[in-house]
Amino acid sequence: MKVERAPRIALRTVALAYLFVLLLVPVGLILFRTFENGIGAFWDQVTTPASISAMALTLEIVAIVVPLNVVFGIFVALALVRGRFRGRGFMQAIVDLPFAVSPVIVGVSLVLLWGVNGWFGGLAEVGIRVIFSLPGMVLATLFVTLPFVVREVEPVLHEIGDEQEQAAATLGANGWQTFWRITLPSIRWGLAYGVVLTVARALGEFGAVSVVSNGVSGQSETLTLLVANRFEDLNLFGSYAAATVLMGFALVALVLMTVFERRSTRA
Amino acid sequence: MIAAHGIHKHYGDFHALRDVSIEIPDGSLTALLGPSGSGKSTLLRVIAGLEAPDEGVIAIAGNDVTRLAPQGRGIGFVFQHYAAFKHMTVRDNVAFGLKIRKRPKAEIASRVDELLEIVGLAGYQGRYPSQLSGGQRQRMALARALAVEPRVLLLDEPFGALDAKVREDLRKWLRRLHDEVHVTTVLVTHDQEEAMDVADRIAVMNAGRIEQVGAPRDLYDAPATEFVMSFLGPTATLGGRLVRPHDLVLSRGPAEDAVPVTVERVVHLGFEVRVELRDGDDAQLSAQTTRAEAAALDVEAGQSLFVRAERPAVAA
Ligand SMILES: Nc1ncnc2c1ncn2[C@@H]1O[C@H](COP(=O)(O)OP(=O)(O)O)[C@@H](O)[C@H]1O
Ligand SMILES: [Mg+2]
Repeated sequence: MKVERAPRIALRTVALAYLFVLLLVPVGLILFRTFENGIGAFWDQVTTPASISAMALTLEIVAIVVPLNVVFGIFVALALVRGRFRGRGFMQAIVDLPFAVSPVIVGVSLVLLWGVNGWFGGLAEVGIRVIFSLPGMVLATLFVTLPFVVREVEPVLHEIGDEQEQAAATLGANGWQTFWRITLPSIRWGLAYGVVLTVARALGEFGAVSVVSNGVSGQSETLTLLVANRFEDLNLFGSYAAATVLMGFALVALVLMTVFERRSTRA
Repeated sequence: MIAAHGIHKHYGDFHALRDVSIEIPDGSLTALLGPSGSGKSTLLRVIAGLEAPDEGVIAIAGNDVTRLAPQGRGIGFVFQHYAAFKHMTVRDNVAFGLKIRKRPKAEIASRVDELLEIVGLAGYQGRYPSQLSGGQRQRMALARALAVEPRVLLLDEPFGALDAKVREDLRKWLRRLHDEVHVTTVLVTHDQEEAMDVADRIAVMNAGRIEQVGAPRDLYDAPATEFVMSFLGPTATLGGRLVRPHDLVLSRGPAEDAVPVTVERVVHLGFEVRVELRDGDDAQLSAQTTRAEAAALDVEAGQSLFVRAERPAVAA
């Protein structure tokens, strides 16, 4: 399609204005508010015990969720691409469920299941707390990040086909050796991209976690909860500072994402 | 020896192999020849253990391997599309089977160099498959398969994805290689010329069955079925029988069993001359003859001649 010069410039201006108003202004405003009193004030806010605890908790959740989703994601992707079993269509559909279900609903359903009055509520009586503690937040984050690794690895598996794996088998490799030496290296960039998406989503998760956490400062408060709680407590500056830390993490993820995205499309 | 006995294979309702039995002698180079979809690859993959037969037995060197996984069969397999390990260098590709077998590093290095020398890829150790041409990739795949010293080498249309010139070079090269290393080899191809060129035995497959097995010459001269006859070379129909065009003899006068025909066209193909004929039933056929014979008869379009078959033909 050929677009005349004047309309082209108009289109570009509209697109830029749209991005500017919707993305750059809010983010820029937070950065401005965070640093308007200088780096020192920012530093004081992000090194409070509550801030440090929130960062640690968020990273802890990410550190548990990522390996689980990597193992599970590769397994499901292999089953979807290579498997020949009944119910594959059903499996395809439920993998995308987290995209369709609002995180708040995920949180509520977890409470229904694991809460004191839930199906597995008995666990709480023997001292295993799921809701209002780390396991609940991990479960919530696992749920919302479940599709990423599967959906990034699946097309790569499709593309590489299974001839290389068959060749490895004829050369004497058993299933495990074939997986480590052939399959895993072949999907590595797709997998890395899926991991980065998972990390980004896990960092930013709020809806589901806010339901299953009681948000006790310094204990069960993730970074997103910290931002929200400080905001509600009218500690606006503290809220902006925490938000900036969160954005910093996200920025790292974004950069890695771009790198892996490039590699996986090139490989 | 590789022996397949009573092999059946279904894909859903489709019967891909129907009671296939074949014996492949040690040291031979046997071609599985047939049209696309006739079950050649399926049979090769069943021998390799990449597919499980529904019925029947596969034995290699006298051992029943029917239930054995590919990695236990002592085979080398070469795929039409190379199946190169893309994330590994040429060296690591070829070394793969030896590393799996945990051979000493020094031995692996010298064996890899030796094989790359044999397949004409010396100096390419550090390259990745994406930096090789199709023919080079396939030679790398051959070296990789040969590295583990297989009892049996299985090749599934190994030159099918290459252009004509490279294909011809590689098949001559494969023949020489086979004469040197003598590994029992099964080559799948749909190209009769390729099969005749490299193989010392050919098994002709059609619709999931083996139609005939034998030396290329025997199949060409004494085809057991009409299918084998027409798949292995050009044919003409004379008096309801299939014959080879070069077995047709033209004459000016009537002879025993000769049929009257009219010459439609004379095509000079260098040493040979193709004479296109039409018989009394208005059916077309071609006779192939030499320049000298054509000159002796002084054939030209519109002429009336007689034609007979020199050798016994296959009943149509
Ligand atoms: N994995 C498969 N699933 C279903 N049908 C198959 C499969 N592999 C082969 N076939 C069918 O079996 C028949 C024989 O295939 P194949 O052995 O590949 O033929 P060839 O190698 O002689 O061209 C073909 O009709 C093909 O469509
Ligand atoms: Mg085939």
